[in-house]
Amino acid sequence: MMMKLARRSALLGLGSAVSLFGMAGRASLALAAAPTEQRFVVVILRGAMDGLSVVVPYGDPALRDLRGELIPLLPGQPNGLRDLGGFYGLHPALANLHAMYQAGEMLPVHAAAGPYRSRSHFEAQDYLESGADHRLTSGWLNRAVAALPPAPASQSGVASPVGRALAVGVTVPLLLRGSATVASWAPHGFATPAPDLYARIAQVNGDDRLIGPAIAEGLRARGFAGEVMSADGAPAEAAARDKNAFPALAEAAGRLLAAADGPRIAAMEVNGWDTHVAQMPRLEQPLHALDAGLGAMKTALGPAWRQTSVLVMTEFGRTARVNGDKGTDHGTATVAFVLGGAVAGGRVRADWPGLGSGKLFENRDLAPTIDVRAVAKGLLAGQLGLSGAALAQVFPGSESASAMGGLLRA
Amino acid sequence: MDMQAAQALVRFGLGRRGAEPAPTDPAGWLAGQLRGADPARIASAPSTAKGLGALRADRERRRAAKTAAATVPVTPGAATGSATAGGQPRPPVSLSRAVFDADAKAELDNALTTPAPFRERLVWFWTNHFTVSIRQGGCAPLVGAFIEEAIRPNVTGRFETMLLAVMRHPAMLLYLQNAGSVGPDSVAGQRSHRGLNENLARECMELHTVSPAAGYTQADVTNFARILTGWSVDLRAEPPGFLFRRPAHEPGTPALLGRTFPPDEAGGVAALRFLANHPSTHRFLATKLTRQFIADDPPLDAVRQIEGVLRDTHGDLGAAALALTTLPAAWQSGAKFKTPQELVISSARSLNLDAAAMPALVGILGGLGQPVWNAPAPNGWADRAADWAAPEAMMRRVDWAYGFSGRIGDNDPVELANAALGPLLHDQTLTAMRHAGSRRDAMTLLLTSSEFQRR
Repeated sequence: MMMKLARRSALLGLGSAVSLFGMAGRASLALAAAPTEQRFVVVILRGAMDGLSVVVPYGDPALRDLRGELIPLLPGQPNGLRDLGGFYGLHPALANLHAMYQAGEMLPVHAAAGPYRSRSHFEAQDYLESGADHRLTSGWLNRAVAALPPAPASQSGVASPVGRALAVGVTVPLLLRGSATVASWAPHGFATPAPDLYARIAQVNGDDRLIGPAIAEGLRARGFAGEVMSADGAPAEAAARDKNAFPALAEAAGRLLAAADGPRIAAMEVNGWDTHVAQMPRLEQPLHALDAGLGAMKTALGPAWRQTSVLVMTEFGRTARVNGDKGTDHGTATVAFVLGGAVAGGRVRADWPGLGSGKLFENRDLAPTIDVRAVAKGLLAGQLGLSGAALAQVFPGSESASAMGGLLRA
Repeated sequence: MDMQAAQALVRFGLGRRGAEPAPTDPAGWLAGQLRGADPARIASAPSTAKGLGALRADRERRRAAKTAAATVPVTPGAATGSATAGGQPRPPVSLSRAVFDADAKAELDNALTTPAPFRERLVWFWTNHFTVSIRQGGCAPLVGAFIEEAIRPNVTGRFETMLLAVMRHPAMLLYLQNAGSVGPDSVAGQRSHRGLNENLARECMELHTVSPAAGYTQADVTNFARILTGWSVDLRAEPPGFLFRRPAHEPGTPALLGRTFPPDEAGGVAALRFLANHPSTHRFLATKLTRQFIADDPPLDAVRQIEGVLRDTHGDLGAAALALTTLPAAWQSGAKFKTPQELVISSARSLNLDAAAMPALVGILGGLGQPVWNAPAPNGWADRAADWAAPEAMMRRVDWAYGFSGRIGDNDPVELANAALGPLLHDQTLTAMRHAGSRRDAMTLLLTSSEFQRR
């Protein structure tokens, strides 16, 4: 069976240094006949992406007072925001996402948040992936896989739900953990941390006369600028060719999803969004990685892009005001992205709460007006055909967040 | 967990296992490990007979293949009979390699879960002192047996017992090539015109016992090699094992450091006993033991104390190990820098992972620059921080730690950090972990921190 998988990987153009293995201990990512031609991908941005920097409400008069120097240049200027219809502007790093927006395939959903109000990364990520305001033992995407209609038996006789869902990376996130069997895929070799984590590691070891200089020199030798170690430096682009970095993983995921007998559901993650310090330069790297990865995934999916929708979400947003370190702290609402050939995009979905006096949540954060579960439910219903009863099982206690309509092309 | 307990776990042990109970009497916990039986469970059950059997079978198969290749005419299609229908013949699987893989994994697996980690550290220390590296042909299926037969049973016994077991072990006799050493004036030497191989004699004096500080000469080395002629390996016997080849033994009683010893096999035994109990050996072993357990450059008074224990107890290694735990300098934290093997094992222990959860240990250590039982030279792996802290080596640790930290699952990283390090944990690390963007990032910060990478 492993031989067959290796050959399969080679066919997918993933080279020989590839492993595919089932998480249930049975190496049966036999890429079983999928019950659907629809593809659904969830990308988790760990560390809390600042929605106000990524889809900037430059039309809100209160923004300048709150954000000042953290606001990118306005649309129309060189290196300025990429306009999203006159009120919002997309961060200049997100060229591929903007092209998708212009093609009507990308839909930012703003002022969105999960059903919880925790400002702890670890708690909030668990809740986001559980799909609830508390921690569950399984993730909502796994429960969605379990709720899919049975697959027709494949040539090899492997029945559902094996092979429907794939975790891309070294581990299976809580989002995809649960009773439904899930495969995971990662390239061989060591994954590498985001530049921001490298910088923190260098900082924590700064006082060690042996380890400190060794890590600093190691980073330099790998092409990280010296400034990555300082508080206000720009992260280097050294991870660009890393086969474990998001662009490479996303492209591989696209190829796996495009295969005729490949998985149809995938989960991925991107780290490095926790911008307490020097936010403007430090957002560049994860944004470029996200944009490059989603662009590569679209290309790799080829014609299957038409049947694809991708949900990009983060555990919470960041404070509306700048902190003392040119960064922002843990907040509440932020932006999510829905994109794909199946998506009815080219506009921004929001019930904009405003940033002015009295509008902020607890006088510090962008107020949440959309429950991110409503977005997920809308996609699961429209893309994968889950019934209302199934959605209630996928998101227990989510009656207040009914499935959002109009996310997908009719 | 107080400072003493934390220090006992990381300096003398292999790191705390999850939140296992911390020793309430750290000194007693360490001493107890030296007194009791070794609780090691080595799943592959290494044995010299098994290892040599694999080596023999591999050699016979290679020989047969060579003979077959020489006798079969090279005609296209002629070689592809029904046995290899439709494809290339499969390359033969090396039995030696299979034994090595199983033994290396079994030894590391034991380290993940052993309740006597101090004892295991001693096994590692003496295994490295008496390095047998698989870079030398034929040794791969023997290192596990070497550890289990020559090292592990003797880590709390007399040094001369361990030395004798080591020097008679086929792994060492093959690694340092004494197995083929022939006395020029022996029966075999006269017949074959073969001669001495000084390799084992030299390394035994330089690396295993008296060290160059004893002031020996080339003549001492040559004479010791003569004394050791005939100490060899019989692959054909059943079971295969050590053999004193009398016809290869150099006649006479050559002098070693001014002493002479009886002829024949007994001479080698007596010479090794003499070397084992030499004052220079005590000094040398004391220096290496204190370097391992106290500091890269151990304080001289600590060396002197251990040296005195070895002298007064006639080389009782258990007494020396116990004395190490009573030295005040041994309880000063962070003086030692973990090797990759120590880092990986202690990381896995911090997450309470067992063998089933760590299937790729052998490969990980290769990637981090310390391939298992594969030291480049007979002096073994370095025991100084500077040898392990090269920039790229540090980056590989960081990258490995990041990958491994994906295993944190639902654990609270701050709780893990407190369990693993207790009062050794720095505030700075704790703060960085609390501010990390994910559990995985927080765990990476713990495993790459100065206090986790040191012991």
